[in-house]
Amino acid sequence: MGLKQNLHNFKEKNKDKKWLPAFSAIHTFLFLPNETTHGGTHIKAADDLKRTMNTVIMALIPCLIFGMFNAGYQHHAAINGFTEGMSFFSPEFWTLDNFTLGFWKILPLVIVSYGVGLGIEFIFAIIKGHEVEEGYLVTGMLVPLIVPIDIPLWMLAVAVVFGVVIGKEVFGGTGMNILNPALTIRAFLFFAYPTWMSGDKVWVHGAVERAGTPDAISGETMLGSLAQNNEVSYSIMDMFYGFIPGSVGETSTLLILLGGLFLIFTKIGSWRIMLSSVVGALVMGLIFNFVVDSGWITESSKFYGLMSTTFWHHLLIGGFAFGAVYMATDPVTASQTNKGKWIYGFFIGFISIMIRVFNPAYPEGVMLAILLMNVFAPTIDHYVVQGNVKRRMKRLKAKTA
Amino acid sequence: MGLLSKKDSKLILDPLADNNPITIQVLGICSALAITAQLKASIVMTISVIFVMGVGNVVMSLIRNIIPSKIRIIVQLTVVASLVIIVDQVLKAYSYQLSKELGAFIGLIITNCIIMGRFEAFALGNGVWRSFLDGIGNALGYGIILIIVGFFRELLGSGTLLGYKVLGDPIEKTGLYATGYENNGFMLLAPMALIVVGIIIWVQRSKNPALVEDH
Repeated sequence: MGLKQNLHNFKEKNKDKKWLPAFSAIHTFLFLPNETTHGGTHIKAADDLKRTMNTVIMALIPCLIFGMFNAGYQHHAAINGFTEGMSFFSPEFWTLDNFTLGFWKILPLVIVSYGVGLGIEFIFAIIKGHEVEEGYLVTGMLVPLIVPIDIPLWMLAVAVVFGVVIGKEVFGGTGMNILNPALTIRAFLFFAYPTWMSGDKVWVHGAVERAGTPDAISGETMLGSLAQNNEVSYSIMDMFYGFIPGSVGETSTLLILLGGLFLIFTKIGSWRIMLSSVVGALVMGLIFNFVVDSGWITESSKFYGLMSTTFWHHLLIGGFAFGAVYMATDPVTASQTNKGKWIYGFFIGFISIMIRVFNPAYPEGVMLAILLMNVFAPTIDHYVVQGNVKRRMKRLKAKTA
Repeated sequence: MGLLSKKDSKLILDPLADNNPITIQVLGICSALAITAQLKASIVMTISVIFVMGVGNVVMSLIRNIIPSKIRIIVQLTVVASLVIIVDQVLKAYSYQLSKELGAFIGLIITNCIIMGRFEAFALGNGVWRSFLDGIGNALGYGIILIIVGFFRELLGSGTLLGYKVLGDPIEKTGLYATGYENNGFMLLAPMALIVVGIIIWVQRSKNPALVEDH
């Protein structure tokens, strides 16, 4: 008897046990179960929820690994000085030293995120008596990528509990949630512990401990500097490759772009949402550039720094690219209709840049923009569908009349 | 309860749990969100509402047979407004600081849906003693939620209870703060009050499935 059969027998034997959903979750993660569905409709497709989730995780892995290198690089560079004009494969960046530092800082984040989140999923599955839902697989990978590197682990754990229970389980679990759980977790951290989620220290490892000592280093993100009308020393290529401080996995626009293409190619992520949010961001950026060019806003204004940023630079800095590719396209919380996706994405881009510029206290506008549009997604869909119905009714009338 | 008959004690006890104005009837949410960041404010608000509702229900019950039903809403408003002004003035005289903290919300007791609701639903059709009990019961039901929410919001948001630093000093890093604990700033914002009320509703309904509506 093979392992597969053994596992099946084990399952049969423990059919009435309360912890069986927990076992099945791990079992089906790696194996195809022996039993098949009976009765009803059969859809033959290789991509069930678990495979879909795994594809997204695959698209995230490059960002995670880059984040580990970048965490180390930012830390060392803040102390020893930055290297000018690095290319993407620059040996100064891809050192083992950088990687080990980042690895040991980021691994605990991943473990806490998955441990706590899946723990809650298992508990809820056992209480409700249904199979464990896969919904947390992607969320658990997204969460470590969108928090600052030095965030205390207990805060992350509290936020994950909040995000999974209030953001998802109370609505009925995976597929029923209104808000993106990963962003709910980040928003909770942001409002609950603002000193750990914003400011000029948390984004580079070690900056918090060193603050106030002679060894102090800056842990400021580009958005933070721009919001205070400070000059930014990073080159365009640095921004594009991602050699800038920021949340763990969102700095490298290049890798996010590749991940996005991968998601589009595998038809997991919606290209409509990605494209329209980029368009939305560019439009808002152009409006702000226009305002600056016509002289309505001068250097004395507190909005000048971010408003005068060349419109397409907005795509490279901050978490916009990451949000547009991995968060806005979440199939559960996004609009479902094609026309709705265009509207939904456009407003995400538009509002992201607006919040970013007008409210320097919330430099990460993309988080709030996506959460806001998550709330409006069902409304958008409703009107798109109603519009379709009306048009067809009219056509029908014209035909019969 | 020897003092009260079974029917009368039901008037007090029902609103505390199974017919709670906030968690079951979902009334008076606005003030529950606004003033519960501090436990002290919650307690003062509770006492104020108990006074206004107890006395208000008695007054409404006394004059229920002589007011024309067409203008009863105006009369009700006048009664609540007078009572609220009394509360407001007493607070200003004896606890000015607190009255400033509560700000407009004492004045806004007038618009608290629970009060007008009980006038309409109960005091206009029942005797003085029963109306009094009903008023006290509903105010207590309202207050108990306010106090629970205020307790958690102040404890987790500011690390204090009634102003005492029960978790240690966040600046000196004593007590719990020495371990790296920090106050949860989200607790002080109104959305978190809504979530705490939601959690109370959740716990209450899972304890008593009879409260869950069918869909």
